[in-house]
Amino acid sequence: MTEKDLPALSIADLQSLLRSREVSAREVVDALRARIEAVDGEIGAYLSVDMDAAAKEAEKANVDLPLGGVPLAIKDIINVMGQPCTCGSKILHGHRATYDATVIQKLRAAGAIPFGKTNLDEFAMGSSTENSAMKLTRNPWDLSRVPGGSSGGSAAAVAADVAFGALGSDTGGSIRQPAALSGVVGFKPTYGRVSRFGLVAFASSLDQIGPLTKTVRDSALIMNVIAGHDPQDSTSLNEPVPDYAAKLGNDLRGVRLGVPKEYMIEGTDPQVKAAITAAVKQMNSLGAEIVDVSLPHTDYAVAVYYILATAEASANLARFDGVRYGYRAENPRDVLDLYGRTRQEGFGPEVKRRVILGTYVLSSGYYDAYYLRAQKVRELIRRDFAKAFAKVDALISPTSPVPAFKLGERTAEPLQMYLADIFTIAANLAGICGISLPCGFAEVDGHRLPVGLQLLGKPLDEARILQIAHAYEQSTDWHKARPPIASPK
Amino acid sequence: MAGTSELDVGYVARLARINLTEEEANAFQKQLDDVLKYVEKLRQADVSHVEAAAHALPIFNVFREDAASEWFTAEQALSNAPRKANDLFIVPKVVE
Repeated sequence: MTEKDLPALSIADLQSLLRSREVSAREVVDALRARIEAVDGEIGAYLSVDMDAAAKEAEKANVDLPLGGVPLAIKDIINVMGQPCTCGSKILHGHRATYDATVIQKLRAAGAIPFGKTNLDEFAMGSSTENSAMKLTRNPWDLSRVPGGSSGGSAAAVAADVAFGALGSDTGGSIRQPAALSGVVGFKPTYGRVSRFGLVAFASSLDQIGPLTKTVRDSALIMNVIAGHDPQDSTSLNEPVPDYAAKLGNDLRGVRLGVPKEYMIEGTDPQVKAAITAAVKQMNSLGAEIVDVSLPHTDYAVAVYYILATAEASANLARFDGVRYGYRAENPRDVLDLYGRTRQEGFGPEVKRRVILGTYVLSSGYYDAYYLRAQKVRELIRRDFAKAFAKVDALISPTSPVPAFKLGERTAEPLQMYLADIFTIAANLAGICGISLPCGFAEVDGHRLPVGLQLLGKPLDEARILQIAHAYEQSTDWHKARPPIASPK
Repeated sequence: MAGTSELDVGYVARLARINLTEEEANAFQKQLDDVLKYVEKLRQADVSHVEAAAHALPIFNVFREDAASEWFTAEQALSNAPRKANDLFIVPKVVE
């Protein structure tokens, strides 16, 4: 093992080397710095890194803590004190966080080193990371394609071995979908399982922070640290946190897995379908019983989401007005001119579209027809899952109907981009947990593009979802495949 | 201007305090008309026996002790302000 091989390690393997004192935390940070300098120019995963501060933290790292000496990348929508927090938006260009989000406080207390901020769609609104006002992030498997989004920087960083692991946020699939398209593991906890304090709010009833990692075990290790009640977040659940990593095993006997018929739709790429079918067979051979289930209100999920998420966004983004932080338009005539031009010049097109749509669906005369009705259909979707989970332990589906698409391919038609989230959105509406993990490849134009398998679980049943995912992962080699750019130069 | 839905992008953008160029308004009108047409499918759902769900999980009335605790200093709160003076945010004149 030479220093240049270190960044390819999983968190668990890195920790073995750190704890046996075969490498020092400082050597790890130096190796990561070299790797980022060599590769991230092509990928564009990071918006900012502070390797000097990371090196200082590494010098005093206690590697026996749960994540001691492990550098982690953080989606640039989570506040890390003293580091930039731009949300991928011009309106927060130059903004520096004045406090640590609860998840960052917990990571630091567990010895982790949050050293860099990853690219994202502006305010997490998007499925390709192309809505970032800052830079383009490329898929490490094919540089002409998107990494997925909105946590595309976090996913690409883990896939290209420029991060050992990362945090993202998932409002409609923004952890799971980029994990699928970039070929890594992405975990969305139950709504309320992880504190949102210090996560810049997009849609408060849907947002949830979670890990993106190389293996399921690594996601469990991060969940052990970040899950749990936080008095600073009134939607945070006051429930005990199990040791997720300790519960991982290799067999699926006694597990009942549901295949929702509505998730095997026309329009799903045949290679994606084939990979999922093979994965279902594999889990069956590991002992799982496979059951057909129905989620009859699935077809409404995207419509419900784009009403509720934009409504909540229109309220949450009202705070960006050029007064207290961020960008301010020059020489405003009066206060309305200040607001109107600051938001015109500071927000990108997707954010403007969503704030306008959200304002409309909440406006007088339209509230009942759109917002109230969408909330009611949301309840129907939640009940669909509750009924299905009375019969099965978890649901299996593709994470995304297609592998990574080309940069620019979907930017002109927002509705087409929204439909990319068709399999992930319902989990946020229902508040349940879910994971995406690698389950194969699609061959497109001579490139191998990763395919993601999604497992959805009951509220607070994270331990079970991680167990099932781990058992499947360990029975395959998909998670060991590395993109061409990840081989050390 | 009006498109195929009842949404008037120019009017709603003013409510949302976002100035738009004419090109932006035209593009958004078409794109959002498409989205509103798509969400019309919700009319087919039978919601006659359903309560609206504001949240996925039933949590209500979360209280805490009304106790003072450490919080931002004025200096921290103002550290990202685009304009400030004398521990205050500076904004254009609001009253005549």
